[in-house]
Amino acid sequence: MEKNGYINSSNGARTGTYTVKAGLAQMLKGGVIMDVVTPEQARIAEEAGACAVMALERVPADIRKEGGVSRMSDPQVIRAIKEAVTIPVMAKARIGHFVEAQILEALGIDYIDESEVLTPADENNHIDKHNFTVPFVCGCRNLGEALRRIAEGAAMIRTKGEAGTGNVVEAVRHARSVLGEVRRISTMSADERYAYARDIQAPVELVNETANLGRLPVVNFAAGGVATPADAALMMQLGLDGVFVGSGIFKSGAPAKRAHAIVQAVTHFNDAEVLAEVSEDLGEPMVGINLDTLSEPEKMAHRGW
Amino acid sequence: MPLRIGVLALQGAFREHIQRLEALGAAAVEVRRADQLGKLDGLIIPGGESTTMGLVAERWGLVNPLRQWVSEGRPIWGTCAGLILLAERATGQKRHGQTLLGGLDVLVNRNFFGSQRDSFEAELQVAGWDAPSPAVFIRAPAVVETGPGVEILAEWTDPEGCSVQVAVRQGHILGTAFHPELSGDLRWHRLFLQMVEAGTST
Repeated sequence: MEKNGYINSSNGARTGTYTVKAGLAQMLKGGVIMDVVTPEQARIAEEAGACAVMALERVPADIRKEGGVSRMSDPQVIRAIKEAVTIPVMAKARIGHFVEAQILEALGIDYIDESEVLTPADENNHIDKHNFTVPFVCGCRNLGEALRRIAEGAAMIRTKGEAGTGNVVEAVRHARSVLGEVRRISTMSADERYAYARDIQAPVELVNETANLGRLPVVNFAAGGVATPADAALMMQLGLDGVFVGSGIFKSGAPAKRAHAIVQAVTHFNDAEVLAEVSEDLGEPMVGINLDTLSEPEKMAHRGW
Repeated sequence: MPLRIGVLALQGAFREHIQRLEALGAAAVEVRRADQLGKLDGLIIPGGESTTMGLVAERWGLVNPLRQWVSEGRPIWGTCAGLILLAERATGQKRHGQTLLGGLDVLVNRNFFGSQRDSFEAELQVAGWDAPSPAVFIRAPAVVETGPGVEILAEWTDPEGCSVQVAVRQGHILGTAFHPELSGDLRWHRLFLQMVEAGTST
């Protein structure tokens, strides 16, 4: 098992390389990834134009409501969702739970979300994601967290936001933090970047690479609280590459219509006339939660390090 | 005047194509609406999810203008999802089928290579090229049948010895199952620009 993929000697095909892992995320750009809990919801998402679905047992809003330990979904649920659609299927593993990740890889999942929405399994270590053929997406609140995850092998990054609240404020905070820091390091001199890398606890090589590119070295999506087409377009205009929508679709009044509208909003994120048109008559959005009513332990974004 | 190449920007890896085109001196434009098509010399449909692109194209009335583009013989290149959309026939589509533009006389198998676990990189032998082309296949389709007018530029043989077509050309239409916009092999973009140049000079 080597870190840059597996070679099939008979025809020279190399699977699981970083290019291949990051490449799928590049194909998802400008798209919407939707949380689904049944094959029927997965079909609705596909028909609405989702570029991928996240297969779950419970959406974050219900995880929040029901409490208890939240784990990887039953493989039966994941298999049924995989059978129902042709678009990529993602699934969540607990932070640090590399055996859940091994199981998801064996199921042929297209992307694993090592997610703070589930109860963490390890309070010090994230999964060593280089050890897998399947690619990983991880959440972050700031540039240091993003680059640590990339160093561990994440091939895609998303904001953490605050899942299951229908409140976009944390996703905005995290996006502004990451993108603002990227702009800041782009103007730093080489010697300043060493100190900066130390301060944010990230490898200096990745700090330099990010500074030179003027963006993260991997695709960067918004997640955690997106509930309306306007929310989705806001995240795109801030500079993110695409959007995860969790509870926002199937906890709303007219899921198919809202899903469709959010897909259109992500394509036409810069066209206010289109945004006005697709935002019309979507029924009730999910009931949101104001974050100051949540106690600190109730916030999921603090999970992961 | 540089060639004006549109890249369909409904969803997917359109920015990578734009960077490659600009590196070769072309003027690249993100295309989201039908009224942008008139001023272009060539068009690229990038990789991404073909169902998403088809649905968004339908919603904004792009399907017929794009079909017209193909039938008028204007130069067009589809990579991965773009190849699927340009195919006359496809298998492995979502339930109830999906929107195809057609024009390229081939049968495409949509997820021929399987799930992301099976995505791969390889060196590809291309007809008439000295050095092989580094190719990146991401949940890639493959061409499994070609009509008489279709030229096969590259094939891929699996470990069992079964061959499929992964790069094809039919006159003004180019199709690749892999992603030259990711591997950085500019020869594919150069080939397309030559096709466009030949199209504009006639």
